[in-house]
Amino acid sequence: METLLQQIINGLVVGSVYALIALGYTMVYGILGLINFAHGDILMVGALVALQVISFLQEHFPTMSPVLMLLIGLVVAALACMILGYVIERTAYRRLRNAPRLAPLITAIGVSFLLQTLAMIIWGRNYHNFPQLISTAPLQPVEGVFITPVQIIILISSALLMGGLILLVNKTRLGRAMRATAENHKVASLMGVDTNRIISTTFIIGSGLAAVAGVMFSSNYGVAHYAMGFTPGIKAFTAAVLGGIGNLGGAMLGGVVLGLVESIGAGYLGTATDLCNLPHWLQWASLTQTCSNGGSFELLSSNYQDIFAFVILGIVLIFRPTGLLGERVSDRA
Amino acid sequence: MTINLFEAKGINKRFGGLQALTDVSLTIRKGEIYGLIGPNGAGKTTFFNVMTGAYTPEEGEFIFAGTQLPFGKPHMVVESGIARTFQNIRLFRELTALENVMAGHHLRSKASLWGILTQNRKTREEERLITERAYEMLRYVGIERFATTMARNLSYGDQRRLEIARALATEPQLLALDEPAAGMNATETAQLRELISTIRGDGVTVLLIEHDVKLVMGLCDRVAVLNFGKKIAEDVPAVVQKNQEVIEAYLGSSHHAH
Amino acid sequence: MNELVEAIPWLGHRHPKAARSLITCLMLLAPMIALLFGNTWVRILDFALLYVMLALGLNLVVGFAGLLDLGYIAFYAVGAYTWAFLASPHFGLHLPFYLVLPLGAAFAACAGIILGFPVLRLRGDYLAIVTLGFGEIVRIFMNNLNYPVNITNGPQGINMLDSMNLFGWDISHAVQITDTFRINPLVSFYYLFLLFVVGSVIVIRRLQISRIGRGWAAIRDDELAAKAIGINTRNMKLLAFSLGATFGGVSGGLFGSFQGFVSPESFSLMESIAILTMVVFGGMGNIGGVIIGAVALSLLPEVLRGIALPVQQQLFGKVILDPEVLRMLLLSLAMILMMQFRPAGLIPANARYSRPELARAGKGAQS
Repeated sequence: METLLQQIINGLVVGSVYALIALGYTMVYGILGLINFAHGDILMVGALVALQVISFLQEHFPTMSPVLMLLIGLVVAALACMILGYVIERTAYRRLRNAPRLAPLITAIGVSFLLQTLAMIIWGRNYHNFPQLISTAPLQPVEGVFITPVQIIILISSALLMGGLILLVNKTRLGRAMRATAENHKVASLMGVDTNRIISTTFIIGSGLAAVAGVMFSSNYGVAHYAMGFTPGIKAFTAAVLGGIGNLGGAMLGGVVLGLVESIGAGYLGTATDLCNLPHWLQWASLTQTCSNGGSFELLSSNYQDIFAFVILGIVLIFRPTGLLGERVSDRA
Repeated sequence: MTINLFEAKGINKRFGGLQALTDVSLTIRKGEIYGLIGPNGAGKTTFFNVMTGAYTPEEGEFIFAGTQLPFGKPHMVVESGIARTFQNIRLFRELTALENVMAGHHLRSKASLWGILTQNRKTREEERLITERAYEMLRYVGIERFATTMARNLSYGDQRRLEIARALATEPQLLALDEPAAGMNATETAQLRELISTIRGDGVTVLLIEHDVKLVMGLCDRVAVLNFGKKIAEDVPAVVQKNQEVIEAYLGSSHHAH
Repeated sequence: MNELVEAIPWLGHRHPKAARSLITCLMLLAPMIALLFGNTWVRILDFALLYVMLALGLNLVVGFAGLLDLGYIAFYAVGAYTWAFLASPHFGLHLPFYLVLPLGAAFAACAGIILGFPVLRLRGDYLAIVTLGFGEIVRIFMNNLNYPVNITNGPQGINMLDSMNLFGWDISHAVQITDTFRINPLVSFYYLFLLFVVGSVIVIRRLQISRIGRGWAAIRDDELAAKAIGINTRNMKLLAFSLGATFGGVSGGLFGSFQGFVSPESFSLMESIAILTMVVFGGMGNIGGVIIGAVALSLLPEVLRGIALPVQQQLFGKVILDPEVLRMLLLSLAMILMMQFRPAGLIPANARYSRPELARAGKGAQS
């Protein structure tokens, strides 16, 4: 029972980071019909910029409070990523709005690898230790179940950010313009919406969220490196599709569900595929021997955890392409 | 003695709560030009899509040349002998006019993978035949001089002709045209009318779904009228034109204009 | 041969005969020229030919049928691992190449169909992501299938693969012609690969101008219209996936025999993307363009390495951009810039279906 509770907590934490990233995917897809493949790498840039800033502060202002350092790092990273997101949209994607269907996606892949390469040039290929500025000493709310302060902060701040975004989209003028643009560019611009500005804003907001997610991710795992964006990126995309791409609430739900499935699934994958659980008459002699010596014969160990995202992605796309909460069906091929 | 080529029996199609087609039954006779008209949103295109296999109806069946048509399998509908065109022309834009028609021969050619890889005599002979036939077909619809032009570079009227040529390349018994005159000027419409007559003259039955009432009334042997997803009339144009229900539903407003 | 010359219209246009002999000479003499600069360059040429084959196979899926496949490298992996399983001390099997290569191709084709079935209905960009997932899943399995039973030997990979043994002649051994003259094994591999590339080009060209090729082109341009003229889109797509995969499988086997070593590292997403870039760079759907793209993008990083490293040494006194970084930089920039300024690739799209022999056949029909 404690294990399950622990896995749920871990799943929620990872899931809320996925959700933050997924929001960026889903907003861009909703408005442009583009899978912004480079979104995961913006997360990486965010984490590495924050790391750079924090290292600088640690070196020159050793007396500064760690929380303040983290906040400054976060703000600088978010700003850097917002600028980056804007520049990418302006230079790489804008020209391709009416291009044949595969061109924007191929460009996005190119941008993704360009960002990774540049990061590799600037920060090298090594894994960097991300300073643990907030205590990682685990608390024990229930006997045998651990949660770190970092995780608590991740949960709370991502909930706040998501709430804020929903308010922004549903209650403000800007949000209304965004929804109108997502519905139909031409009509929106006829109604006096500056769609170019709205699209830029969408990229800026999404990139900012990705930067925050990157800092969270690195704080949680304590590392950062140039290729760290790929896996969370593809998982967040899965989350966005799972929830129904183009749908903000869906992205959040998808993120949390994916985080939980992964965390719980990884915990039980080994045991579930352990051939020692087979009835005796199905086991062959050497297997029985291994098992009776307290060994196991797990077909799939937790190393296969990353497969979940891809399998879920495939299943959702094939059987329910509109996702869990999907309402908008985009016709863009 | 008339032979029924195509029969729709009690077709029902719903989209969610919307009843798009209600008990539509109609019969197309071999060798005629059959018109299907109706005001906007009457269900013409829905009927067309159900018939050509794009949608599956909730109830009803289609009998074509004595056998039942499969639902939801467009390529099998074509195989049994019904070819279609699209309201908003859909050509293979990056292929030449000739290749568009040659692609239309795909269904009636059988070169195997093995034959293609070894380029055996049978395959080469078939390929030569397809090329020749495709040229003939282009000449038939009158755009032979554009054979090597990319489809997207053709004029609107020629694109429409090419689409018809491509449909004819599948060797259909029934050619179904979805609003072929849409967006055409008077000259182009007149040429189209001539082409449709020629096609019928060569033994292909034609189903014409049209908005242009004048074209339909002048060209078709028989006409059916759809309104709110129901068939309200089916007869020769002269009779349909006098049908009170039709006049009210559809012709009423435009009758005086023509 | 005709296919190769015809595939480069801007060269073969004015003096087709001259162009043809030029290409032939270049193809045949390339390893000799490379040898002047050292063995490394012959090796690079060998790899360039493998990339040409991969790019041709991927082009069949992406360029002909319009299905964006980001997991293509998985088929290369299937071919390479087939070679590793059936012709290495790993399982103690040493089957001859004429069994292993076709088996590798067949397994890859099966993998293509397995991937193809579920993704048939997906639209362009979704298809891309799911195929990417497929590639990653294959890689994860390669990395982890060393437990509980050791099948792939995990991240360490499998080494000591058998080389290509052509009926008693192991081509990884130098051929001693006279006391002073011997044929470098890298050169032998070059000609072997060249043979495969030429074969592939012929096969692919024949497919392209057949009813199957037209079916693919139709699906690529407008799937709905393709269905409406009676093309069985499901079968045609599966055929594209499995045939494309076949080329990947064969090249994988050749790679295994050439390298003598396979590990999951060679089959990363980056490689899939690299091959895609070659296709995009040269011109999707254009055989000649794809060949040029593959050759250019596999040689260019090496040339750059030759130039950029000494220059960096001179300027900064140290190497800032190592070759791998240079390659990634080049590929990603190629991808972005091509899409911005020349989305149809180096060789424009309208050369794609220029077929002089068609016009001729047509004139015959007229008279």
